[in-house]
Amino acid sequence: MELALAPETLARWQFGITTVYHFLFVPLTISLAALTAGLQTAWVRTENPKYLTATKFWGKLFLINIAMGVVTGIVQEFQFGMNWSDYSRFVGDVFGAPLAFEALIAFFFESTFIGLWIFGWDKLPKRIHLACIWMVSIGTILSAYFILAANSWMQHPVGYRLNKKSGRAELTDFWAVLTQNTALTQFFHTMTAAFLVGGAFMVGIAAFHLARKKHIPVMRTSLRLGLVTVVIAGLLTAVSGDTLGKVMFKQQPMKMAAAEALWDGQAPAPFSVFAYGDVQKGHNTVELEIPGLLSFLANDNFSSYVPGINDVNKAEQEKYGPGDYRPNIPVAYWGFRWMIGFGMASFSLGLLGLWLTRRRFLLPQRLRTGEDEVPHLVLFRNKALSPKFARWYWLTALWTLLFPLIANSWGWIFTETGRQPWVVYGVLRTSDAVSPHTSQTEVLISMITFTLLYAVLAVIEVRLLVKYVKAGPPELTDDDLDPPTRIGGDRTDADRPMAFSY
Amino acid sequence: MELHDVWFVLIAFLWTGYFFLEGFDFGIGVLTKLLARDRTERRVLINTIGPVWDGNEVWLLSAGGATFAAFPDWYATLFSGFYLPLLLILVCLIVRGVAFEYRAKRPEENWQRNWEHAIFWTSLLPAVVWGVAFANIVHGVRIDAHKEYVGTLGDLLHPYALLGGLVTLALFTFHGTVFAALKTVGDIRVRARKLALVLGPVTAVLAAGFLVWTQADSGNGKSLVALVVAVAALVGAVGAIGRRREGWSFALSGLTVAAVVAMYFLTLFPNVMPSSLNEQWNLTVTNASSTPYTLKIMTWGAGITAPIVLLYQGWTYWVFRKRIGTQHIADSASH
Repeated sequence: MELALAPETLARWQFGITTVYHFLFVPLTISLAALTAGLQTAWVRTENPKYLTATKFWGKLFLINIAMGVVTGIVQEFQFGMNWSDYSRFVGDVFGAPLAFEALIAFFFESTFIGLWIFGWDKLPKRIHLACIWMVSIGTILSAYFILAANSWMQHPVGYRLNKKSGRAELTDFWAVLTQNTALTQFFHTMTAAFLVGGAFMVGIAAFHLARKKHIPVMRTSLRLGLVTVVIAGLLTAVSGDTLGKVMFKQQPMKMAAAEALWDGQAPAPFSVFAYGDVQKGHNTVELEIPGLLSFLANDNFSSYVPGINDVNKAEQEKYGPGDYRPNIPVAYWGFRWMIGFGMASFSLGLLGLWLTRRRFLLPQRLRTGEDEVPHLVLFRNKALSPKFARWYWLTALWTLLFPLIANSWGWIFTETGRQPWVVYGVLRTSDAVSPHTSQTEVLISMITFTLLYAVLAVIEVRLLVKYVKAGPPELTDDDLDPPTRIGGDRTDADRPMAFSY
Repeated sequence: MELHDVWFVLIAFLWTGYFFLEGFDFGIGVLTKLLARDRTERRVLINTIGPVWDGNEVWLLSAGGATFAAFPDWYATLFSGFYLPLLLILVCLIVRGVAFEYRAKRPEENWQRNWEHAIFWTSLLPAVVWGVAFANIVHGVRIDAHKEYVGTLGDLLHPYALLGGLVTLALFTFHGTVFAALKTVGDIRVRARKLALVLGPVTAVLAAGFLVWTQADSGNGKSLVALVVAVAALVGAVGAIGRRREGWSFALSGLTVAAVVAMYFLTLFPNVMPSSLNEQWNLTVTNASSTPYTLKIMTWGAGITAPIVLLYQGWTYWVFRKRIGTQHIADSASH
């Protein structure tokens, strides 16, 4: 059979397409849930209607986004069985448990409480309604934790034994699966990166309105919240990324060697800035390097030995038998660089924005702005940026909202393709994991169906987001500002329209 | 009782929850064409399940996840075997979820009408396909010695399975009609009651025929009890709606759904997917299950979380217990 259209290849493409697509919505859902909850908390505590307006505005964008996150997630729950049945049989005993817990604990949480939050504005007292969005936020984070624990087990299997008789992996220590360092560091890195996405999303859209001098009080607050989120999350993403990198150097040396296109082991090992090489011959023809940095990233000192692709490949051939144990090197190499590059860029632009829009802090009296003014952009001590540069900044800030999304996608593409040819590292090969009786036609049909459907929905979703971003925050009504104090609502008028209806 | 038997019961429970709750969701979707006369009435129907449909659907994800964890071979054989039917269901669930959330997000007539068509078809098709799938599971399919499904799509579409699909569609639509009568007020409530009196007897005849066929095909003493309960509850539901006892009627139509699922699982036990090629190749609760250690952890997890889920989902229904009518739908087409 033509290898390009073999069921294994198609199944890999399908899983890649559907997962990357799903993960465009996931980080935004995780971070926007918490940020919206934060804004609503500010309203409940201060009763300042500005925060309620902000809650309604970001809440609406959050709902448009989460709808897609939910439906694309459904596919993933079943795709293991559909396309990867041999994998499912092999790992079900271990892998199924976190997945089932995710559904039982997190999915029920999210889906039930989001219904209460959407429809409960005129049915629930303020504080209970606020608790609902926090429940949604906790649900999204718990869900991420369980699924990352499951994924981490595939990256670095622990707490199991191989049963020769039944030919499958059997769980021996669930606690080890949930608390191993791969799971914890992946969770930390994914969470911080998710907040980078949400923060940049807020910054970009707030910048869009501020550049047009519209909805200033709400957007000023949102800009500030977004910038602070971007800077803190960006910093923590770098820290967690470094930790995760060190874990990976120990557990999956091949992935990290591929990420650096380091063909032969070196001590000290350099960090590659740019490389162009020949995969067949196993060397680079063009290289631009920072000496010693890779040793530091791997082992915390500048002169230690780091094994290269050729060394690890040879070691794995001796351990697991003949074969090619190298992942797709250009994808790993460039995926790693795009991830770091776009992540760093969003963090730097966030830092710049926070400095430019600083308030009382180090700012002369005449450049300070009130709540209903667009903040001056002040680079140096005494002078605001000229209108031309200010326009450039707002435009850059708007487009920055895409950077963390790109970084998140490439990070996952790197993590997942860097593990090939293994589906469970060192234990089960991807080629042994596909469904043996699923035909090429069937996989082709489902791959084309999902790709087309997702493409159409993406266009619809983005256009809706743009429409509601442009429309800006809604006008508040008296009912909005005066929520019920009893469960079920206070007002006795039986024919009053619902606060929200589909 | 062995742990794998406990998990057989728990998975049966999760499917029962799914079909009980999503049953009237699908029914409501079908009623948007069958019962509603205009856009506002369609919106009334959709909003009766507005705050809860998402939580209802998670019962399916839990059933899937629990099957993966407790019976990996069942999960693998079922979903790789019933590949194209499952694909159709997934496509429907994707479009349906988006349709609910996006329908009112633009004021254009075309936009809203398209999503309304989508809601109808994506509610109708999964109702049929789930019925076909479960009829096949109970009846037995071509499973080889390696626990692999080796049949084709055509093998799944025999008269017995197609009747099963028709029965679930009828039953869910009836269940949804009774739910609509319970949750609405005004003219639409009256018409829902009348429609239930037409749909009820038709459903009862179809269901009785299919269940008797199931009993003759693969039934046993216990499944016969479930059959009698299912048919009696369905007749009771029709009688109750005739007397305008909507709450009782809904409880009884729910009992019918539960009894039908119970009959499937009682018929199956101790198999989870019988093979039509050779009895030796049946997937059973013992040869398809996970290890006792995994099942023990899962039992603790489900034992603690499932009651809490029931509590807060029940609370949601209580919060939104008020009936709605056309007067409760705000005029503005867009939000």
